[in-house]
Amino acid sequence: MSLEFFFFLVVAGAAIGSAFAMVFQRNPVMSAIALIVNFFCLALLYLLLEAQLLAALQIVVYTGAIMVLFIFVIMLLNLGDEQRLTERFDVKKIIGVSVAGGFLLEMIYILAFSGGSVQTPLPESGNLGTVESMGKALFGPFLLPFEITSLLLLAAIVGAVMLAKRHT
Amino acid sequence: MSVPLPYYLCLSALLFTIGAVGVLTRRNAIVVFMCIELMLNSVNLTLIAFSSFLQDMTGQVLVFFVMAVAAAEAAVGLAIVIALFRNKQTVNIDEMNILKW
Repeated sequence: MSLEFFFFLVVAGAAIGSAFAMVFQRNPVMSAIALIVNFFCLALLYLLLEAQLLAALQIVVYTGAIMVLFIFVIMLLNLGDEQRLTERFDVKKIIGVSVAGGFLLEMIYILAFSGGSVQTPLPESGNLGTVESMGKALFGPFLLPFEITSLLLLAAIVGAVMLAKRHT
Repeated sequence: MSVPLPYYLCLSALLFTIGAVGVLTRRNAIVVFMCIELMLNSVNLTLIAFSSFLQDMTGQVLVFFVMAVAAAEAAVGLAIVIALFRNKQTVNIDEMNILKW
């Protein structure tokens, strides 16, 4: 077992554990902290997959910006622990969980028992996820979507201010 | 690259399913939002794994745009939660049924 594989197993285990901790945690703040751990594990996996810029962005944008926003809103609303995780186990929730479990089994079946076309990876070029190659892609063939993203962010800012403003 | 691709895909499927179970069972609207972020991130992991195994830049560019959309979604969604909390003094999604007939 190579060192890379061992590292993958440790980080993947931490990611799954923190995801379970997020879902089955009663305190919303603890749930948000578990999600931060999960995002950090995913950033480590991105580094393993030679996506250096996205690993840095994952930490800066997700664990830095988005989760701070979540924790700020949780503390602003002053949410306490929930009494029970789910109030009543009605038929809809049981059907939902079983559909999700069936989806997982189906995906693992497809992934594990079908010889995919990308079983053998192409040789590493060494500069796949660097800032230089990302920048060349974003300002080359993906220039129009990149500019439209700025419009999306502007609309989101205006929408968030409009929604959260107190209407007097 | 000593970790085979199906390992990454199975991890991503597992994280997506955990997020889906959270969305379907939790009642706190903010925790539901966090579960949606978890699902978005598991899809990002799939895209980056394929991008790395095919040595193609497109997957990583797509992840970049997904991150931008997720940031916008989180800001607007939390604003909606604050507006709802102001009206009903709760974030329990079982009690937010004014759109239900």
